[in-house]
Order: sequence, then structure tokens, then C-alpha cells
Amino acid sequence: MKPRETFYDVMRRQGITRRSFMKYCSLTASALGLGPAFVPKIAHAMETKPRTPVIWLHGLECTCCSESFIRSAHPLVKDVVLSMISLDYDDTLMAAAGHAAERALEETIEQYKGNYILAVEGNPPLNEDGMFCISGGKPFVEKLRYAAKDAKAIISWGACASYGCVQAAYPNPTQATPVHKVISDKPIIKVPGCPPIAEVMTGVITYMLTFDRLPELDRQGRPAMFYGQRIHDKCYRRPHFDAGQFVEAWDDENARKGYCLYKMGCKGPTTYNACSTIRWNEGVSFPIQSGHGCIGCSEDGFWDQGSFYDRVTDLTQFGVESNADKIGMTAAAGVGGAVALHAAVSALKAAQRKTQNDVSEEA
Amino acid sequence: MVVQTPNGFELDNSGRRIVVDPVTRIEGHMRCEVNVDENGVIRNAVSTGTMWRGLEVILKGRDPRDAWAFTERICGVCTGTHALTSVRAVEDALGITIPDNANSIRNIMQLNLQIHDHIVHFYHLHALDWVNPVNALRADPRATSELQQKVGPNHPLSSPGYFRDVQNRLKQFVESGQLGLFKNGYWDNPAYRLPPEADLMAVTHYLEALDLQREIVKIHTIFGGKNPHPNWLVGGVPCPINVHSTGAVGAINMERLNQVSTIIQLCQDFVRNVYIPDVVAIGGFYRDWLYGGGLSSQAVLAYGDIPEHANNFDADQLHLPRGAIINGNLDEVHDVDVRDPEQVQEFVDHSWYEYGTPGRGLHPWDGVTEAKFELGANTVGSRTNIKNIDEAAKYSWIKAPRWRGHAMEVGPLARYIIGYAKGHEQITAQVTGLLRTMDLPVEALFSTLGRTAARALESEYCADLQRYFFDKLVTNIRNGDESTANIEKWDPSSWPKQARGVGITEAPRGALGHWVSIADGRIANYQCVVPTTWNGSPRDTKGNIGAFEASLLNTPMERPDEPVEILRTLHSFDPCLACSTHVMSPDGDELTTVKVR
Repeated sequence: MKPRETFYDVMRRQGITRRSFMKYCSLTASALGLGPAFVPKIAHAMETKPRTPVIWLHGLECTCCSESFIRSAHPLVKDVVLSMISLDYDDTLMAAAGHAAERALEETIEQYKGNYILAVEGNPPLNEDGMFCISGGKPFVEKLRYAAKDAKAIISWGACASYGCVQAAYPNPTQATPVHKVISDKPIIKVPGCPPIAEVMTGVITYMLTFDRLPELDRQGRPAMFYGQRIHDKCYRRPHFDAGQFVEAWDDENARKGYCLYKMGCKGPTTYNACSTIRWNEGVSFPIQSGHGCIGCSEDGFWDQGSFYDRVTDLTQFGVESNADKIGMTAAAGVGGAVALHAAVSALKAAQRKTQNDVSEEA
Repeated sequence: MVVQTPNGFELDNSGRRIVVDPVTRIEGHMRCEVNVDENGVIRNAVSTGTMWRGLEVILKGRDPRDAWAFTERICGVCTGTHALTSVRAVEDALGITIPDNANSIRNIMQLNLQIHDHIVHFYHLHALDWVNPVNALRADPRATSELQQKVGPNHPLSSPGYFRDVQNRLKQFVESGQLGLFKNGYWDNPAYRLPPEADLMAVTHYLEALDLQREIVKIHTIFGGKNPHPNWLVGGVPCPINVHSTGAVGAINMERLNQVSTIIQLCQDFVRNVYIPDVVAIGGFYRDWLYGGGLSSQAVLAYGDIPEHANNFDADQLHLPRGAIINGNLDEVHDVDVRDPEQVQEFVDHSWYEYGTPGRGLHPWDGVTEAKFELGANTVGSRTNIKNIDEAAKYSWIKAPRWRGHAMEVGPLARYIIGYAKGHEQITAQVTGLLRTMDLPVEALFSTLGRTAARALESEYCADLQRYFFDKLVTNIRNGDESTANIEKWDPSSWPKQARGVGITEAPRGALGHWVSIADGRIANYQCVVPTTWNGSPRDTKGNIGAFEASLLNTPMERPDEPVEILRTLHSFDPCLACSTHVMSPDGDELTTVKVR
């Protein structure tokens, strides 16, 4: 058997030259604030590292996260699965079932102790001894704990794993519980949304593979790069909001002109997500562009904040930044320039520390 | 012990017990146990839904205009179909009519979902039951190219070089030693029958379909803003139309319509040139593997869908057929009335719920659900570590719905059998054509393969219907109608104090109904009876078995320890467990909350 395929092999196979590869390594080094001495180290790691194993578990959920994931346009999901990660366990997509599937889980955990990423879609219910979600004859929460124990990091996909989502809406009959309330000793990256945007999902994974670190997280544990700003901040209909031009009723003249949906209950002003910038399904549209307000699906407890058609009231018309600070989000990352680079590196380091802190706070 | 079920099946649980848990490549969580005799033939089958979320209790007291968003989250695979069913139920309750354009747009979205769901099901959830990717490594790409040009001559991606590239990529993947999703598959099991060149063709199309599926959902993105989980609206659709005037870029305009049209063409091409040829080619190698018929030759049910005209759900006005066939009598298709308390009823004697009175069946408008997780005396293992389940007691989170007391199969095959029995023009032509191509008798339909083939045929019909409703939409706009929503009864003050309604659709997996009661502007009761509740139902009071269990009986297994045949037949239903097991009535707040871990 040949040695495992590495990142370098993958890049070469995809037509990237050695020269471009080294350039990529040096860009990576400088983006991370590392000196030229680190370039060969990065190159060496990329040349020798096997595809990162990923275990993808499903609790109480609707599979919309998996469905979203396979919609990714860049990278294409076939490239993610064939070349970037090794999806060693995923009950929705894997060939094996029953004992053979359980064995795949055990083998992956044994073989890659401390080195695999655990991706969780859905959440464990705790009522009825956990038996509202049974896998292999046992409560799902046991499987979650078992797979989490030796994981390098955990990705909480979607609103279910991050916050509980619809089954945790009042009165939460199964006591569906988000992952971070069950697992407290691992770094957890929350990627909320119902579902999250496909390219955000693959973006988070490829970020971790490319930079070999966790993304900078905000105080809620979400990647700041995708969840640092509100839908409203970058909404293409924002000028209509500022000009006081609103849709007053469904399908009225103003709706047909693409005016602001604030009065129809749009939750864009209070929702942190990338829908208005990255948009959906290869940038084709996003809810507001297609005429319906944002329902706030990436926010904690969005099911229990009144009707989707109730107007958001705690909103100042102007002064976005002060409001954002008041809510206490971290400053946006991703600025350019030399000074900014330094700041960004500090932010990355701070984020790593903060991840640990957040975990212990929430524990 | 040998038992004869009232619906004509013989169950013998004396042989070796085999457990498959988790059943993978489905939506949600499911367990299956079977007994095999000394020849490895399945003589008893037990299917258990192993998850429950309680969505209807969560819906109680909510604004009915919000219900679509909650119910849409029942399932992210058949995304949108619950939302559509929900807005139809609320509109029915409140007497809200929708404009013609909204009907066309909803139909296009629902049809798009059918096609998407069927394609993803066949290639990404079901194919590995028939196709061996490891065997594809031994293929001669030239032979694959010849096969492709023979079975799907209109598909442009057919050169030997193309297949060689895919094979090389697969080779590198396998040689990496990290098999990922293919890990621990049953790749040396003789149940896999394709020659290497067919395996390579199918694996190639697995990858092509992965690329295609993300394209075709863009129709949902255009009309609903995103996929999965697009947005819907009680009273119509949320997207306005503006093709002529200022601001059209903020609405459905010419560019958007062109994109929809392009995608419809893509659907039609892929289904005709790749999907159906693949099913015919793969099916050809399994043409004598006609197990898995189960209930399909006896009892099938469909509510019908895709109304020609807005607000008209009469059976003769629906493009997907409605009807019920019982006792195997194809000469008589019964009409179905989802409001009739005698027709659709749910039983819970073998489900982890309690009605109080054993043997009772309840119509969904009167539905009661109280969760009661308890295992039978003959369970092997413990409450939280089940080794073997006891099917004589309660054994599933799925209820047992029955139509006039009959266990029914629902889904594409049920729709196609009903359509065929009723002489539905397109369906009859498709079925006849396929049987002729494959040189198989009508009886071959009643099988695992028949279920899989019906799904492919339906995709073709749905792709053509998408085009039909697109043309209808454009014609209507050309005639000056740009209306997409009726807001006369948007305001709750315009609603009656008490109302109840029902919404129906044909979801990809079969007949779907939502029953809603509204009081004082809020949801008082909400019940869903979903396709996998029908197909995956446990036994009922009288001992009738459901479609999953019936379909597994008498199937020989090549290797009883490797559940290839079980997976193949269960997957042919495209099980959706999150759908089937969320059901709970508002009375569920009496739910005994058990100790918190």
C-alpha cells in the first residue's frame, strides 16, 4: 500500500506546481505572522500530513446541515471528501451499517486519538435516559461522549448542535441539549444557522486544515470571520432602510421594488451571519433578496422570540457600530495592511486563548 | 414461533436474530432486527424508529403563520415539503385562497424537491447497495465508455479518458488507505453483481450527481431565498414578481426566470440521459433479484399533489394521482378523504406512546400522544443498552397509521401503481415503456427494484411538469398577472375564533398530511402523519405489519452478517426517520418528564 496522500499530493494532483506550492506556504507563513524560517516547516507539514480524519455524528436533527454541506460550490464537496478530509464515520453517507459502522467509529478513534475532528449535527436529548435518540441500542449522548473524548476539536454544526434549535424550542419536551452543555473539556466551534451556509461550513473546515488552528471565535464561540457582522450591516436593501422605504404588505408595490423588509418582521438587524454577503447556493440569493425577511435562524433561541413577522423593536436607526459593541461582539477581523496584519495575528492568538477560556466558562 | 398476520404474512422468529443499528444512509435514526432461517432467508423483521423530537407540542400556542418554518425543520432532506403542507393546512383552516402564480411557483418548488430528493437518494444513499466502488478499480475505462454510449448515448461525458481520470482519482483515494465513507463496506460480498465497467460508470455518476444536485436546488434559492429550508408564506409565496419596471432587480425578473428555465432543462437532461439509463443498466444486472415487494402488491396509498389550478385539490385536478388500493385489487382504486375520521387513523399499541385505551385508533384531528418509553419483558439487554428488542411489546418511536384499518405502502411506487391502475396517461406510458425496455412483466413492479425504478420515472415526469408550470407562470405574467400573495386574511383579527384545516402533499417519500386546529389566533392542535410513519410503522393492534417489515420477509441473504440485502430494500423506501418520529399532540404536555441525566 502506498503511503497516505498528503495535502501536497492533493495540490500537485490538482495541477499546482511545486513553485506555486512554495509560494502558498510562504503566504501562509506571512498571513500567520511567522517569519521566512517557518516556510520550510509549513511545506514539510503539508507534504507529510495525511488527510485529517473527521467523525460526523447525528443526534436529534433534520439533516439540513448535511444537505447544506453537500451544496458547497467552493470547494466542491466531492473534493472535500475525496481529497481534503477523510470522512471516516458519517451515518448519513457511509456505506457500512450496524456493526461494521460501529467498528469504523471505534477504529477511527483508536487510530487517530487526539487527532480527529468531531463534527456534530443535531443534539442529544437527555429526557427518558437519553432514549429519545437511540443509536446502537444506546442513548446517543453516550456515543457523543465517547467520540468527543479523544477528539482534537469539535464542530457544532447548525442551530441544533450550537443552541438546540427547533426541538429545544419551548417546552423542549425531550430536553434536547446543545453539545457544549454536554461536552465541556474540548474546544468547540459553533457554526450556527438552520442550516449554516454551505461555503461557511466548508470554509471553517478548510480554514482549520490550511492554517492548522481553530478559527478566531466570538464570545459565543462562533467563527468571527463569518459571524462577526449582522445581516443588516451588509444587506443590499440597507439603503432603503436608511431612506425609510419599507415593504408595508406582502406583494405590495414596495415589495416589487425590493424595499426594506424591516416592517414585515425581518430579523436581519439582530442576526449575525454571512447571508447578505456570501449569500446562498453559490451566491444566487438569500432570504431577503427573495422577498421574505430573515427569521434569525443563526441566533440562540430564535424559535422563541415571538412571531417571525413581529417587528424587531430594540433597534436604533443609525449608529450600527455602537450597537454592535453594546451587544459585545469581538471586533471584525480580516482587515488589510501591515499594522492590521499585526493586529490580526494578535487577534488569532487571543482567539486561541479565548477559546480555552470560553470552554472553561461554559463548563 | 410462527405467526400468521391478518394482512397475509408469515412471521417466524425462531431463527438466528440479526441486528442492524444504526441503519445508515437514511435520514435520521433507525434500527432493524431480523430472524433468518438456516438457509439465511429472512423470516421475521422488526423495524424500530429510534428518535423522537416532539415538534407538535412545540407548535402549540404559536402563530399559525409561523408553523411552516417549524414543520419545515421536521426534515432537511425533503426540505420545503412540510412547509408547503403546513401553509396549505393553515390556508384550508382560515379559508385563504392563493393566486395562480403562487400555485405555479409552489408546484415548481415542490417538483424541484422531488427531483432533487430522488437523485440524491438514488446516487448518494441507495447506489452503494447495488454498486461496488472498489470493483470499479478493475474496470477498463474503454469498456465503461462503450457501456455509457450504449445506455445513455445523449450524455456528453462518455469518453474513455474521462472515465480513466475518475478511476485514477478513485485509485489514489483507495490507495491512500483512508477509505472514508467506503470504510468497512461489504465490498467482497457476492450480493454485488455489476461488472467492473458498470461499477465505474455508476461511481462516476455518483460524483456527477453530487455536482448536479447543488445546481438544481437553485430554483428554491431564487423563489425561497435559500436551500435547504427555503421561505414560504401563508397566502401565497414571499417572492414578488416584477418583470417590467423599476426595482425589478429586487423581485422575480427576467434574469431570475431565465435561470429557473435553465435549471429545469438541466433536470430534464440529467434524468433522461443519466438517471433513467443508470437505473435500467444497473437494474438489468439484478433483473432476477425481485425481492422486497412487501405491501406494494396489496395495499398502497396516495393523497395526490401538484394542483393544476390554485386552491383546487379535487382528485381529477391533481397531476400526481390520489387513491387507495387494498387487498391487491388493482381494478378498484378507492377515493381518499383525509377529513373522514374513519379513514386515516393512528394506533400506538406497539409504539412508545399511550392512548389510555388499548387498541384505539385516532384520526389526526383528534390525535393524542403521550410518550411512554418502555421495553417488553423479552428484551435482551437493558433500558439503555438494547441488544434485542421485544416486538411483542412497544418497540418504536413511530406510530402505526392505517387507512380503514389497512397497513399501507406510500411513496413513488405507490403513486405509480395507483396512477397505472387509474390509467393516468403519462404514468401508464412510462411504466409500460420501462417494462418493455427491461423485458419484465408488470409483477416486477412489486419489488425493491420496482420502488427504485418508480422513483426514476417520477423524476422524469416531475421534470416535465416543472417545465409545464414554468410555462404557465410565464404565460400568466404575460397576461398581466403579477400577483403572488393574497393578504386579505393576513391579519389574525380577520380569522374565525375556531377553525381547523388539513394540508396534503405528495412528499418524495409518499403521502403527507398536516392537520391543524386554530383557536383565538393560535395553534390549538397540530398533527402530521408522514410517509415514513406509514412505511416504517410497527405492528398494529391486530398484528398487521407495516411496509418495511413486510418488504424484508423471504429475502435470502448472501451473508447474514453483512446486511447488504436488508439495506437495499430498506433504502428503496428512502426512509426519513426525523419525519416519521416527531409526532406528538398538544396533550403531550402531560408527557411524563423522566429524570434528568
